Amino acid sequence: MSDLRDLYQEVILDHGRNPRNFGKLESANRRAEGYNPLCGDRFTIYLFVDEGIVRDIRFEGSGCAIALASASMMSEDLKGRSEKDAEKRFGQFHALLTGDPSDREGAADPALGKLAVFSGVREFPVRVKCATLPWHAFEAALKEERETATTE
Amino acid sequence: MSGEIREAAAVRDGEPSLALDVKKVREDFPILKMRIHGKPLVYLDNAASTQKPYAVIDAYNVFYSGCYSNIHRGVYHLSETATKAYEDAREKARAFIGARGIEETIFVSGTTEGINLVAQTYGREKIGKGDEVLVTWMEHHSNIVPWQMICEEKGAVLRAVPIDDRGDLVMDELEKMLGPRTRIVAVTHVSNALGTVNPVKEIVRLAHRRGIPVLIDGAQAVAHMRVDVRDLDCDFYVFSGHKLFGPTGIGILYGKKELLESMPPYQGGGDMIRSVTFEKTTYNAPPYRFEAGTPNIAGAISLGAAIDYVAALGFDAIAEHESAIQAHAAEVLSSIPGLRLVGDARTRIGVFSFVMEGIHPHDIGTILDREGIAVRTGHHCAQPAVDRFGVPATARASFAVYNTREEVDALASGLLKVREVLL
Ligand SMILES: Cc1ncc(COP(=O)(O)O)c(C=O)c1O
Repeated sequence: MSDLRDLYQEVILDHGRNPRNFGKLESANRRAEGYNPLCGDRFTIYLFVDEGIVRDIRFEGSGCAIALASASMMSEDLKGRSEKDAEKRFGQFHALLTGDPSDREGAADPALGKLAVFSGVREFPVRVKCATLPWHAFEAALKEERETATTE
Repeated sequence: MSGEIREAAAVRDGEPSLALDVKKVREDFPILKMRIHGKPLVYLDNAASTQKPYAVIDAYNVFYSGCYSNIHRGVYHLSETATKAYEDAREKARAFIGARGIEETIFVSGTTEGINLVAQTYGREKIGKGDEVLVTWMEHHSNIVPWQMICEEKGAVLRAVPIDDRGDLVMDELEKMLGPRTRIVAVTHVSNALGTVNPVKEIVRLAHRRGIPVLIDGAQAVAHMRVDVRDLDCDFYVFSGHKLFGPTGIGILYGKKELLESMPPYQGGGDMIRSVTFEKTTYNAPPYRFEAGTPNIAGAISLGAAIDYVAALGFDAIAEHESAIQAHAAEVLSSIPGLRLVGDARTRIGVFSFVMEGIHPHDIGTILDREGIAVRTGHHCAQPAVDRFGVPATARASFAVYNTREEVDALASGLLKVREVLL
């Protein structure tokens, strides 16, 4: 039960139930889809990027509580960041999810801020892809990849 | 093992039913003693694959440690023993499905290979431009994609019989879709996503009236009901050993002798030939024509052991136990607030797909896992069937002969826990 509470923290459940920045972004100049063929989860990320800055970000789609919360919190975290900075965030976030489960406190990079609530995902390796799916789609949108980003 | 089960039945002599002693059955499956996250394993993913009894595990062991060699080759003792064990297993499979002869009983790697074999041999010869192949909306991808591939290659059309809101085939539509260009009907006996048991005998009758052959995907049927291919009168019947308490990598393709004899080989290689020169090769007769190369000998022999195991339990006892579990599961699941069953067919088995309001199936799967309960989540390789019900995915609990009432109750408490954690 305790590690379930680590996974499904109140903040995550809240973002899962009421995702922020949900919906289409009419002014988007970049977009990409993320798809997890294993579970059918699918997200579209819309970006408005101007002078190398992610000015606005919204998303649409459906997925589990972890994926939805991740998309929601990612959108809050990345708004206003430079492209370069945003890419770096993904690297830090990924490290948080895939770090050694026994090293719980140690690995949560203080720079991650609110995103650190996802540290519980480490104990659930099959759920890592749920949390990274929106980020893969974000990355694809940044690069304006035409293809659907997948977790595979 | 089988002795024990007969004994269990004998003890109950005089009672009206030959009820199955599920405790005894569970003792045959070592993995069922396992604990997961500190809780007893409740294995409810039997539609994906079933666990293995000692009888099967031992058969593997005995073969590799005591009588292993290649088959159909050597004149030496070991090869003779291995060949006999392999062919004995074929005979068991033949009897299990009621085929007329062993020439109608082909070893394949599983349902998937069996269907591909028919599509690539029979299909390749018979399907032409503008022809039609008829499947249904509830097929597993392995009974869709092989037909799609051959249709694409030949310029033929793949059509799918619709299902209604309960998850039953719309039989009137099926009948209408059987046309002059229909070259084969490929239909599942039991749906792995919805639990629907299809009226396959009736489908065969309707198709045969128009001279159309029928392939039945029996992957989900064989562990739960007696199958008699002669009674069904189907032209092909396919199943996988691993869903019948047997090993992975082995299965059976049944085909009517007349059809198999007229079919070209699937793969070329050893064992499937009569004579080879660089000018011409003559092919062996069925079943060997379709078994090129060294087969999964250990798998076949252990499948034979699985068939013996199931036969000793008896389908009457299996069905009686499973229908009690199924009724209990249906009742318990419908009592969970916010839970909706996906598929409620008039005739069904204990495969229950469901969704919960406001909760994604993935999250259900993770929380149940922490309770030791194994269920499948996703589209179950039957995306059209799940799409049909307007959901991207479902959670699925599927039962087998070794599941108990208590496990159904554990599922129910697990689902209440899911609500508690997430809502
Ligand atoms: C109805 C049905 N058909 C075909 C298959 C494919 O079986 P296999 O993967 O053993 O070839 C399955 C297995 O999931 C199934 O449930």
